[in-house]
Amino acid sequence: MIRFPKAFPHFAVCLALLLGVNGCAKQTAEIKIGEYGSLTGSTATFGTSSKNGIELYMDNLNAQGGIGGKLIHVLVEDDQSKPEEAATAVNKLVAQDGVVAVLGEVASSRSMAAAPICQSASVPMISPSSTNPKVTELGDYIFRVCYIDPFQGEVIAKFAKNTLKLSRAAVFRDNKNDYSVGLANYFTESFLKLGGTIVSDESYSEGDQDFKAQLTVIKSKKPEFIFIPGYYTEVGLIARQAKELGLNVPMLGGDGWVSDRLLEIAQDALNGSFLVNHYWEKDPNPAVQEFVASYRKRYKASPDGLAALAYDAAGVLVHAIKKLQQDDPKAFETLAGPPNNDQKAARAKLRDLIAATRDYPGVTGRISLDENRNAVKTAVFLGIENRDYKFVATVEP
Amino acid sequence: MQELLQQLANGVAWGSIYALIALGYTMVYGILRLINFAHGDIYMVGAFTAYFIARAMGAGVGLQPSPLLAAIVLLGAMIVCALLGMLIELLAYRPIRRSSRLTALITAIGVSLFLENAGIRFFGADPKFFPQVIAPKTVMLGGGVIVTNHQITVVVVSVLLMIGLTLFVQRTRTGKAMRAVSFNRDAASLMGIPVDRIITITFAIGSALAAAAGVLVGLTNPKIEPLMGIMPGVKAFVAAVLGGIGSIPGAMIGGLLMGISEYLVVGYISSTYRDAIAFVILIIVLLVKPAGLLGRNVAEKV
Repeated sequence: MIRFPKAFPHFAVCLALLLGVNGCAKQTAEIKIGEYGSLTGSTATFGTSSKNGIELYMDNLNAQGGIGGKLIHVLVEDDQSKPEEAATAVNKLVAQDGVVAVLGEVASSRSMAAAPICQSASVPMISPSSTNPKVTELGDYIFRVCYIDPFQGEVIAKFAKNTLKLSRAAVFRDNKNDYSVGLANYFTESFLKLGGTIVSDESYSEGDQDFKAQLTVIKSKKPEFIFIPGYYTEVGLIARQAKELGLNVPMLGGDGWVSDRLLEIAQDALNGSFLVNHYWEKDPNPAVQEFVASYRKRYKASPDGLAALAYDAAGVLVHAIKKLQQDDPKAFETLAGPPNNDQKAARAKLRDLIAATRDYPGVTGRISLDENRNAVKTAVFLGIENRDYKFVATVEP
Repeated sequence: MQELLQQLANGVAWGSIYALIALGYTMVYGILRLINFAHGDIYMVGAFTAYFIARAMGAGVGLQPSPLLAAIVLLGAMIVCALLGMLIELLAYRPIRRSSRLTALITAIGVSLFLENAGIRFFGADPKFFPQVIAPKTVMLGGGVIVTNHQITVVVVSVLLMIGLTLFVQRTRTGKAMRAVSFNRDAASLMGIPVDRIITITFAIGSALAAAAGVLVGLTNPKIEPLMGIMPGVKAFVAAVLGGIGSIPGAMIGGLLMGISEYLVVGYISSTYRDAIAFVILIIVLLVKPAGLLGRNVAEKV
């Protein structure tokens, strides 16, 4: 048995008071926002770009004095590109750190792992760039600021059939990934409706290194193009191995391709291919150019579509918090306090304000959230030539 | 037909890698009756060592790819991993050599986890992309089959290493001593064979072969990451058991069988069963021939 000195209880109480008081004093000064993302792992650039976008927005805001004198403190957790780690990360943010809202993720599988936690804790979550429709169906506290896959699949099918005049498609999907399976299905549905044929539908798993067996089968079916609704690491490797097998057809993909490492991995193998993005960095819109310039200055890299969406997700959230401060200053005050019932009521009001977002002027376009908490936005087609991107078209919803 | 030939050609290249890893398992098992689960992770360390050597020499930034560069990278990785294998044997396995086999097995799993997590700590969890040490080129074989010069390199280097190993084990004094230790360790020791040194050499050779496999994989499939050794490690272990663990030709045949069957399953059934096929084959072979394809009867235990 351990014997404590007689004074121990007093000491413990003092310590608790000290810590408690300290914690409170800190909390009143700032509003805590959680962010989770893949800072490492197979989709590391997704998380890094998103983190940069959010950081850029919040640091600008804090430099201008925050919201009503309160600074925004963003707590970032890495989920290592794994859905189970995303759940752990968000659990920590919500239960332990007591954040009032959560920003993340890019990958739909990971957003879907984390969303139920935010929903049950009544903490609003805004996904910058998860496009699978199921993400926001998980609850009324879950939002997104990007388009969804039924739209993305449809525009890719139309682009292939009507613009490129190609009608024999091969689909190569990641069958363990919700985003990839969903997008492949929406594409297939639209493409068949337009009168195209799917000559081959093959699958792989994230983390695979070797795709030649499937590509050999695809090649034997003589497709005119291959649709690969995957993430950039695998897409780059697939493109290279396809070229090694003499499979020289264009490849089409969705926003999972968006990464500055895509062409580093694929090298010349993706020349002549096309992808859908959320915005175009050379868009003449001054708001976009200002964002691109300040991002470049700070991170010495071009902001990709995911960085831009993360910047907008932060913007939509801050916009709603500012609105709360105007509408209900008392509720706003509780956001900086401990996570008690008053704050829960304030978070519910914040939820309503996010849901009411209309015509928010983001760098990825005007953002209005529909009744299913999804944004309705334009898609941008980019082509790849000589290891560089070129603008092809924008498609309105 | 052309499709089938293409799948077989790719399967042989992929299977050579399994065969190289399987050789290390089988050699260590033949001598120590120890399943060295850390072997797949040595393969990973081999790939990373090659990556860092190639980067340090300037591959991918200025230095043109050349066969000389490839040879230096390959040798460097093999030497580093041979030393690592010896170190692991000395620190982890030698102290428990007289303990039960279960202790040794658990130690092996521990070493494996240690290497994986040390890899994440020091190399980072992000995948790295192997610089090109040999300029890529496609080669037309007969019947419309297309392979790359990388795949040909993989097969040629694997075959050379396997021939070298067989000659070493069969024709040299050290090889003879290895066979003696494998046959009966205590008797070999009484005959004046330095058992400890033979075991160290075995670990060094096995680890160098795993490193070679890692470099060859980096050449054909340029994505490397700290957990890349787990699945190939398991599959190569299955290949070794399949061929008859302890048998060198068995490991080669087992590896090739695994590579080819993987390609056929992915190509003609579904990629979902890619990893399952290894175990289906294993179960069938063990039911029919419990000692593995070349186990016991032709047994040449190393």
